[in-house]
Amino acid sequence: MTPTTLETFAGLLRTRSGLVIGADKDYLLQSRLAPILKAHGLRDLDALAARLRAPASEKIADEIVEAMTTNETLFFRDGTPFAHLRTHALPRLHAARAPGVALRIWSAAASSGQEAYSIGITSLELAELRNRAIEIVGTDIAREPLARAREGLYSQFEMQRGVPMQMLVKYFRKDPAGWRIDQKLRAMVQFREWNLLGDLRPLGQFDIVFCRNVLIYFDQPTKTRVLAAIARQIAPDGVLYLGGAETVLGVSDRFVAVPGERGAYALATADTHTARAPALAR
Amino acid sequence: MSDRSCLVVDDSRVVRKVARRILEEHGFAVEEAADGQQALDSCHQRMPDCILLDWNMPVMNGLEFLQALRKEYGPDNPTVLFCTTETEMSFIEQAIENGAQEFIMKPFNEEILLGKFAQVGLL
Ligand SMILES: C[S@@+](CC[C@H](N)C(=O)[O-])C[C@H]1O[C@@H](n2cnc3c(N)ncnc32)[C@H](O)[C@@H]1O
Repeated sequence: MTPTTLETFAGLLRTRSGLVIGADKDYLLQSRLAPILKAHGLRDLDALAARLRAPASEKIADEIVEAMTTNETLFFRDGTPFAHLRTHALPRLHAARAPGVALRIWSAAASSGQEAYSIGITSLELAELRNRAIEIVGTDIAREPLARAREGLYSQFEMQRGVPMQMLVKYFRKDPAGWRIDQKLRAMVQFREWNLLGDLRPLGQFDIVFCRNVLIYFDQPTKTRVLAAIARQIAPDGVLYLGGAETVLGVSDRFVAVPGERGAYALATADTHTARAPALAR
Repeated sequence: MSDRSCLVVDDSRVVRKVARRILEEHGFAVEEAADGQQALDSCHQRMPDCILLDWNMPVMNGLEFLQALRKEYGPDNPTVLFCTTETEMSFIEQAIENGAQEFIMKPFNEEILLGKFAQVGLL
């Protein structure tokens, strides 16, 4: 692969999805893009890069962006955010909202839907939320995982990674092809193709945002920009959950860590802003 | 330095061996039994902290063993995780009704086994 080829791919990925690939990652390009080479009858990555620079390359560019996404996910991933959701965020926000107003929750890098459905199960398990409408929106840039999320059908292996037996019997049905999400849970969740680098405003305001294990792929300015955009979509008393390897520290002053709760963040208030401003100015 | 014990009940020697290796690497002292009756005898001698339990076995199957165990020792202890090729919903429901704490569907691997053990608080 020539340096120009690497630059072509790196540039495309950085601007389209925010993904940063270093010069040492050409094996990653090789392995992830091999199926595209095959499908288009292209000899190697140089040929694919040339195709990308030619006119009418929009579709193939989308294919490349999607092929380079990492869609790894599981039900109830990391446990603690869902425990915090159950014991703190949902009860508090439910109490704070007028009756009849839906709680809106966003799974901002939803992949194949496990996170969105885990949020749904957590809220269905809370008796006090029985009369509260819950609206969950799952978004992702990648179409194939989103199609799987909409289908709501999971393999035995995917089920075993995280779905407790009690939840399995309550929220899934056995299907010849695997395990299917129950109708009521499916109806709570809506999936949409959406780029986190794009305009997020049409998605509306959310009470709770899960944005986990996606910022890790972005460079610092992109992380800052995406967190600022998310801050504009979150209710003043809302909660943001990041992944285990992610933080707002040194990346965004729009959020502050919830004390004692790993991975949970609240919007920085005017107070925290003024308190921090002199320190930042120094 | 094992501080917890697990009884692995399965009529397949291969399954017992695989489970033993994974569990021992994570600090469990492992005992084995090849059917429900052997498992019950083992429990009478020394009660383990948890039991990994196959369903279909000769002499006494996993469900019969679980019923006998709970009748004799009460509903909560030790922790029982089924580990079986029976994956119909009715089996999982019976496992719950009879006091199992988790249900592993074969084939399993290390990640699944350890994940389930963590879920029930054993890791
Ligand atoms: C590792 S998965 C995380 C799934 C889930 N949030 C979790 O924590 O298990 C990362 C997802 O982010 C998506 N993604 C990457 N860049 C994106 C972007 N710019 N906009 C929206 N989604 C993006 C990928 O397609 C992938 O499905």
